[in-house]
Amino acid sequence: MNPVVEVRDLFFSYGEEMVLEQIDLTVARGDFLALMGPNGSGKTTLVKLILGLLKPLSGEVRLFGCPVDRFRQWYRVGYVPQKATSFDTRFPATVEEVVSAGRYGRLGPGRRPGKDDRRAVEEALELVGLGGAGHRTVGNLSGGQQQRVFIARALVGQPELLVLDEPAVGLDSRALESFYALLERLNRDMGITLITVSHDTGTVARRVGKVACINRRLICHGAPSQVLTTANLARLYGIPVRRVVHGHQTTP
Amino acid sequence: MGEIFSYDFMVRALLAGLTVGVLCPAVGVFLVMRRYAFMADTLAHVSLAGVALGMILGISPSVTTLGVALAAALGIERLRAAGRLHGEAILALVMSSGLALAVVLISLARGFNVDVMGYLFGSILTVGPGDLLLILVVGAVVLGLLAFFYKELFFIAFDEECARVTGLPVDRLNVLFILLVALTVSVAARVVGILLVSALMVIPVLTAQLLSGSFRRLFWFSLALGVTVCFWGLVLSYHLGTAPGGSIVLLTAALFVLAQGGTAVWRARQRRRLATATEEKLPLVKLEGRTSGP
Repeated sequence: MNPVVEVRDLFFSYGEEMVLEQIDLTVARGDFLALMGPNGSGKTTLVKLILGLLKPLSGEVRLFGCPVDRFRQWYRVGYVPQKATSFDTRFPATVEEVVSAGRYGRLGPGRRPGKDDRRAVEEALELVGLGGAGHRTVGNLSGGQQQRVFIARALVGQPELLVLDEPAVGLDSRALESFYALLERLNRDMGITLITVSHDTGTVARRVGKVACINRRLICHGAPSQVLTTANLARLYGIPVRRVVHGHQTTP
Repeated sequence: MGEIFSYDFMVRALLAGLTVGVLCPAVGVFLVMRRYAFMADTLAHVSLAGVALGMILGISPSVTTLGVALAAALGIERLRAAGRLHGEAILALVMSSGLALAVVLISLARGFNVDVMGYLFGSILTVGPGDLLLILVVGAVVLGLLAFFYKELFFIAFDEECARVTGLPVDRLNVLFILLVALTVSVAARVVGILLVSALMVIPVLTAQLLSGSFRRLFWFSLALGVTVCFWGLVLSYHLGTAPGGSIVLLTAALFVLAQGGTAVWRARQRRRLATATEEKLPLVKLEGRTSGP
């Protein structure tokens, strides 16, 4: 069976500056992977490359075995973007309107959401603990509730892969706990492959199955207990990265 | 009021006005929600160059206006999609260049007896049967396409990046949408004029936004407001002898002020009611506040 995500020898730059160099990464079915690294380390860029939102300088990304630029089965992928940059709270839209948008790719133009779609929306809302809130205006909800609306939107198409970019930003510690409990449930009970981006190593590391540490290059990749060693964290956060990774070979 | 309908030109004006009254806010909803409200104004100003071009070439200005607006719209979308410049900067660039082109062309066309004022402020009362047909056809095409792609356009307006990941053909839909904007601007300019066309695309939507908690409601409310102001604006201008385009836009603005004032008063009252409710529920807090005073 094909891996869910394959990244091969990936390079990316914004203009002159190299943002990602020689990234090799494989995400297998059922993985729960956290992409970690300091701010500006290229995590979000990598996510956007995986989702085909950016084009690599060189190298290849495959989703479910298919090169991402030719991938068409987008209903198999759910995406929760960084909330702050993607959402205007003054936009009048109800929870139901936003969540059902997650099914539009499958539905095709000219067709209105039907009974199946409405049921899927209600189920996704139940799953994230927002059952019965469909009529509420998204802009009037709390930050944690809004985050769950966007997760519901990503889930409503019944994806096999869910990609979340800094999903925990702005959540208090209690909301954070229930949020990670939800992710665990999606991964364990529903078999959804998860990739989540985080810049903090604390909470996330205890919850996920694998971590990939990124700072322009892939610094380490594996189970949290093996990978998050003092030496690796120092390389990830502490010491100027340019010097340390010079000439360093990544072995996935 | 019945006498209005006994004049053919007035019936045509009303039909043209009502079509534009539906069309402008229907397109405007998506423009405003994408924070691209300035786009309507830009295309309207650029289409003045189309008017002058038509005069010089001896072609119907309706045709050249449409052509110039479509070309400008495509240029704007290409610059925007390239992602190297800010959206509003692109609009400023295209608007000022288009206007400059218009001024130069008009000065060249001086010998052609150009009725520039009619285009700047609208000349709905001179809408002929052919013009009306064009407005109705363009209106039907634009509304049909908007209805067909309604939910896709909503998703792109709400979150373009996620719409892409859902597999929607965002780039193609953006081009289509901007062409619909250009079509709408070029026919609506006939009714309210180049300088006021963006008002009819934007202000009804802003008014509806104050009163809407869902996109569906925003959409239908904007359309209802657009039709209402176009009808009553025309009727008022007929009776008061004022300029039709300006009357329509002033009425639109008046409704916005009313909605803004109304919601402000309603909110203040809600806040006061909430405050008294909490005071009644928590008499201890109030008491403490008093005893701890000086």
